[in-house]
Amino acid sequence: MAATTENRVIASLKDSLISAVIAFALFGPIVGLKTETEPGGLALSAHFGTVGVIVAIVFVGRLLLNLLVWKADRPITRGLSGLIPAQTSLGGFGKFVAPVALLFALIFPFLPITDRYILDLSVLVLTYVMLGWGLNIVVGLAGLLDLGYVAFYAVGAYSYALLSTKFFPMLVEMGYVGGGIMDWAFWICLPLAGILAAFWGIILGFPVLRLRGDYLAIVTLAFGEIVRIVLLNWYWFTGGPDGISRIPRPSFFGIPFSRGEGGFADTFNLDYSSMQRIVFFYYLILALALLTNLVTLRLRRLPIGRAWEALREDEIACRSLGINTTNTKLTAFAIGAMFGGFAGSFFATRQGFISPESFTFIESAVILAIVVLGGLGSQIGVVIAAVVMIGGFEIFRQAEEFRMLIFGLLMVFIMVWRPRGLISSRKPSIGLHSRKAIGAENVAQGQG
Amino acid sequence: MEYFLQQLINGLTLGSIYGLIAIGYTMVYGIIGMINFAHGDIFMVGAFIALIAITALGFVASTGIGLIILALMLVLVISMLFAAVYGWTVERLAYRPLRGSFRLAPLITAIGMSIALQNYVQIAQGARVKPLQPIITGGYTITETMTENGLFAVQLSNIQILIIVTTVILMTLFSLLIAKTSLGRSQRACEQDRKMAALLGVNVDRTISLTFVVGAALAAVAGLMFLLYYGVIDFYIGFVAGVKAFTAAVLGGIGSLPGAMLGGLLIGLIETFWSGYFTVEYKDVAAFSILAIVLIFMPSGLLGKPEVEKV
Repeated sequence: MAATTENRVIASLKDSLISAVIAFALFGPIVGLKTETEPGGLALSAHFGTVGVIVAIVFVGRLLLNLLVWKADRPITRGLSGLIPAQTSLGGFGKFVAPVALLFALIFPFLPITDRYILDLSVLVLTYVMLGWGLNIVVGLAGLLDLGYVAFYAVGAYSYALLSTKFFPMLVEMGYVGGGIMDWAFWICLPLAGILAAFWGIILGFPVLRLRGDYLAIVTLAFGEIVRIVLLNWYWFTGGPDGISRIPRPSFFGIPFSRGEGGFADTFNLDYSSMQRIVFFYYLILALALLTNLVTLRLRRLPIGRAWEALREDEIACRSLGINTTNTKLTAFAIGAMFGGFAGSFFATRQGFISPESFTFIESAVILAIVVLGGLGSQIGVVIAAVVMIGGFEIFRQAEEFRMLIFGLLMVFIMVWRPRGLISSRKPSIGLHSRKAIGAENVAQGQG
Repeated sequence: MEYFLQQLINGLTLGSIYGLIAIGYTMVYGIIGMINFAHGDIFMVGAFIALIAITALGFVASTGIGLIILALMLVLVISMLFAAVYGWTVERLAYRPLRGSFRLAPLITAIGMSIALQNYVQIAQGARVKPLQPIITGGYTITETMTENGLFAVQLSNIQILIIVTTVILMTLFSLLIAKTSLGRSQRACEQDRKMAALLGVNVDRTISLTFVVGAALAAVAGLMFLLYYGVIDFYIGFVAGVKAFTAAVLGGIGSLPGAMLGGLLIGLIETFWSGYFTVEYKDVAAFSILAIVLIFMPSGLLGKPEVEKV
């Protein structure tokens, strides 16, 4: 017994030393020698203290893990593994989660803990929930890997911005419509933005949907970049890098959120407060997100939804059964794009300013990460993942420069810890005899 | 005609850099069938290590030419070594635990690693653009002609010669590595059938690790070239170069090594000619559009093997 303990300690020490050497190679040059721009050219400033700390942490951490968990007779994490099941299924519990979450979302703005900051943050989280649900149609249901979803988000945002700042004022000026239309700008543009985004989904989707899996991924990524580059360089139309500012804020069905006569507060005999607009934004995005969810859930019961799921499972079988795969893919693409467009015009009206900077590849990656981390095809998983990712991202607001680093590492960590996503099993929409839950390993292989 | 020649030289130089990065993508894709999204950032890390090594060695343009070449060789070896450690670590931490998992999982960790690496370098080295004084200067004038705008000379600079020659040498060595050595043999075996290779005694994990190491080393070479050619780098160069290089790999037929090189050269040429004759702003649009067109009409790329659909 003693000999094996000794061996274990020696093996652990050896392993930890190797890790420390690797950590030194990784962090030594990049962290230890910082290049500083100086008048005569570049100079180096040494930060070996930091490297020492990092290497020490790696060594000690690895040693402790080795001794106590990996090589130990009785790992201290033994008790923990029972607490966290490897595969999470909401099961019967799932029936209650959605209504409770919905109720919570509905009363959330009036809870005493809710202040302006938290409400703003939840509007952001809900935007990502909506985008996640929209992308879930494409990736989770139809199994098409789309890395350029942000393009449709951008199309929606720019459609609304351009229509409301350029086209409508032009119509008013030419006398075709009265000035009152400006109060309704958002409500007229919202469906238009969705339709335009859906058209773009079809236009972009048509040529590329013959491609499979990763090829589709890279082409959609390329399209996302093309849309961004065009927005950046088409100066007279989109304002280029300056973006579009002073985008009209939405009205409460024609009643503006302004101080004084005819405003929202005046009409409903309330005291004017800037919170009213934010609460309105909150309910607006909640309604839009729920619409996305509802449409998805209903579509899954229609033949087209069944066709999507069949397509995801096996494209060849689908084709031999006479399903028109091109049309099926196109509808998934177009409907996903439409919801992206809705979310985009909401984004534009909330920010009041948009520029191509908001529509980089990182956005697509974040949305895809939310869908995959939530568990492909799981609607409630998307919500949890959005809260964890976007909310977690906000917690590190103080550590401004470390935020994205932590975000990236979090993506890696959650994925390695839970390769199937947080909610990793779901019921198929249709079954022959009994409804058995299927694991996510059988869900969405991402093969176009 | 002279203008064309000049653009051709510039395009070939740029294409060599893309080609070197593309090999890393195509090898990884060939062997484990995933897009190694973090590869572009390994290229960026390689460029930074080269920059640090050059600054640490502290050499300036006035040093004798023999010494410069010797020092650059040293820088090359250093950045290849360190970038290889990065490549190995990324595979070990982010991809190996997910081997055998469903296909989107490693893609997500790859994107996460890419974000993490970019921001790590931004924090450690600062967000500002890093300029480097030109180390290799001078060149040859190939032809000179009088035009209405004055003298137009076709230049072939020493640095361009260096880049193209190094790429050709590396490509030759690399092809030999794949064709003749035991590593190359096990790599090709794993590419064809990983399970069968494992049954026949090939250490699959080790082979995959080495693939990442070799790919990262080649990306580091590209990083050094990029640094010497453009003279400025920042933490963000990896993304654009990575996407272009992946485009190159797909264009040439993913999984095919000569294809990656050919694709790299083509993307470099398309980009340069587009900037030269049309607009600089839309050069990326041109490269991506070519990619889409090629994939639609030739889904397996220029030199790739057509995929057989098995039922």
